[in-house]
Amino acid sequence: MNKNKISKLDKKMDKIKEKEEKGLLKEQKMNRTLRKFLNNKLAVIGLFILLAITFSSIFAPIICRYEPGKIDLRNALKPPSRAHIFGTDKLGKDVFARVLYGGRISILVGFGSGIGSAIIGVLIGSYAGYKGGWFDKTFLRISEVLIAFPQIILVLLLVTIVGQSLWNLLFIFILTGWAPMYRMARARMLSIREEEYVQALKAFGVSDFVICYKHMLPNAIGPIVINITLSTAMFILEETSLSFLGLGVPLNLPTWGNILYAAQNISILRNNWWIWLPPGIMISLFVLGLNFVGDGLRDAFDPTYQG
Amino acid sequence: MNNSNNVLIKLRDVKIYFPIFKGVFKRAVGYVKAVNGVDLDIYQGETLGLVGESGSGKTTLGKGILQLLKISSGEVTYKFNGEEKNLKSLSDEEMFEARKRMQIVFQDPYSTLNPALTIFNQLQDPLKKFGVKSKSKRREILEHLLEEVNMPKESLNHYPNEFSGGQRQRIGIARALSLSPNFIVLDEATSALDVSIQAQVLKLLSSLKEERDLTYLFITHNLSVAEYFCDRIAVMYLGKIVEISTAEEIYNNPLHPYSKALISAIPVVDPQSKFDRKRIILEGDVPDPANPPSGCPFHPRCKEVMEECKYNIPELKKLLKNAKGHYVSCHLYKDEFTKK
Repeated sequence: MNKNKISKLDKKMDKIKEKEEKGLLKEQKMNRTLRKFLNNKLAVIGLFILLAITFSSIFAPIICRYEPGKIDLRNALKPPSRAHIFGTDKLGKDVFARVLYGGRISILVGFGSGIGSAIIGVLIGSYAGYKGGWFDKTFLRISEVLIAFPQIILVLLLVTIVGQSLWNLLFIFILTGWAPMYRMARARMLSIREEEYVQALKAFGVSDFVICYKHMLPNAIGPIVINITLSTAMFILEETSLSFLGLGVPLNLPTWGNILYAAQNISILRNNWWIWLPPGIMISLFVLGLNFVGDGLRDAFDPTYQG
Repeated sequence: MNNSNNVLIKLRDVKIYFPIFKGVFKRAVGYVKAVNGVDLDIYQGETLGLVGESGSGKTTLGKGILQLLKISSGEVTYKFNGEEKNLKSLSDEEMFEARKRMQIVFQDPYSTLNPALTIFNQLQDPLKKFGVKSKSKRREILEHLLEEVNMPKESLNHYPNEFSGGQRQRIGIARALSLSPNFIVLDEATSALDVSIQAQVLKLLSSLKEERDLTYLFITHNLSVAEYFCDRIAVMYLGKIVEISTAEEIYNNPLHPYSKALISAIPVVDPQSKFDRKRIILEGDVPDPANPPSGCPFHPRCKEVMEECKYNIPELKKLLKNAKGHYVSCHLYKDEFTKK
């Protein structure tokens, strides 16, 4: 029995060897990280959810029969039906159209500020962590101030100063949100810079930028990417709560948060579930998808984890 | 061997201190004296072993020579093209040139290669920096180097986690060789490998030495490896070199009480060997390098301690009767420094 098993395995290995000798063994063209990511089912499901929601938002004008802002008072507060899949709101606007169009803005705000703050935080943080010195100390203090101040209050403050608009909101989110990214990138680099391969590169006198961004950063990218997905989710939720308070994106633009704003009315909350449930589900699905993708990316980027 | 024309690297009173910060204002309250006044000549073409127990400053000294750590005081001179240059006072261009000639192979095969990049990707940057502009040329050079360390050239496309410890170490050696240096610090380069692989790597290192006319500083705590591999051996204790001589001398005729204890600790293969060595067991630990004992740093653990050892720091001096050059820093041999 045992012998049989071994010989089977041997045969397999022989076949592989034979192929190799003939040069038939295909070199894996696909990037290793991508391959590992696609092997993770949950991550692919998450990615699918994200892409589905994002694309249907982008192509909303083709998908929807109604304009998001079109008022039709005769059909106000109608429950879901064949004509209006998600029903209509107080002014007779189609909720389905509003959710899809709203997704455009919400996703833009989420990803825009998530990626924007990551770029700034990581660029500064990894160099600071590698180099240390006054550069690191200065930014460390700034980030401490930002983190010590409650973010939502800072955002509210800035919104009242610079005014309420989509781009202002994006700018404010990035300005207040880069500090955690900075600190994480810095912390990772602090431990990586003691590794021997970094010392070897220093012994060759390779330039600091190449060591920092080409050799060290890929080892820190795993947690950074998870953090981008998580902070994107956080920014989407933050946009939602700001809009719910009426301080986010101006109310004339539909966003998931602005649609939920309607649920401040207690009778709508009680009687017209179709107005607030779809954007709520959309937000949850999107955030869930982001988390799945974040987990998948973390495993894919971890060089010690075999996919 | 004592021909001073052949000195490649000369260390004079090299000290490497690390400050200890304490208190609210982070003032330096003291220094860890990792390397505390080392004089050493490394000759062209030799393998100099640096042995000593953990914490004696071997690795720190090795990194200091390569300017990976800042030297607090003293000087390191390096001879290029027949001219002695102080490494501290080099211009950027000269340092650039010096980087080419000195390399290091590290101890830990797992942290010596970057897990996130393929071998080619991480080994090509030094070549790029030193003027090999075309990518195919760089690949060619690296393929050749890998073959020289007995690795298949396809390894370039793989990631480090696909290799065993011994293979990684050989890739590390290939990296150190990539700019054709003439001096390499082997920082416990074989101690993390198992014995059979260790032998392979040592053989590889000695054949590379022959082919490329290399000079090694071999840092190790494995004394039998040092005996096999080194021409001369320096024994280090608490940041100082206490004895230095040819490998043979150190093994057959250790003089410093500390060297005696180290040599007696080497396991003997044949239990009925004619060298009926008595194991000398040292009491206590290496003292705190931030607060070394007065006088001879070894005196609290020394079996043959004298009154003088507690106050006077012995100097590393040449024994006159020994033509091969046996240096020791111990008060026991005071008379022999002067007597012919």
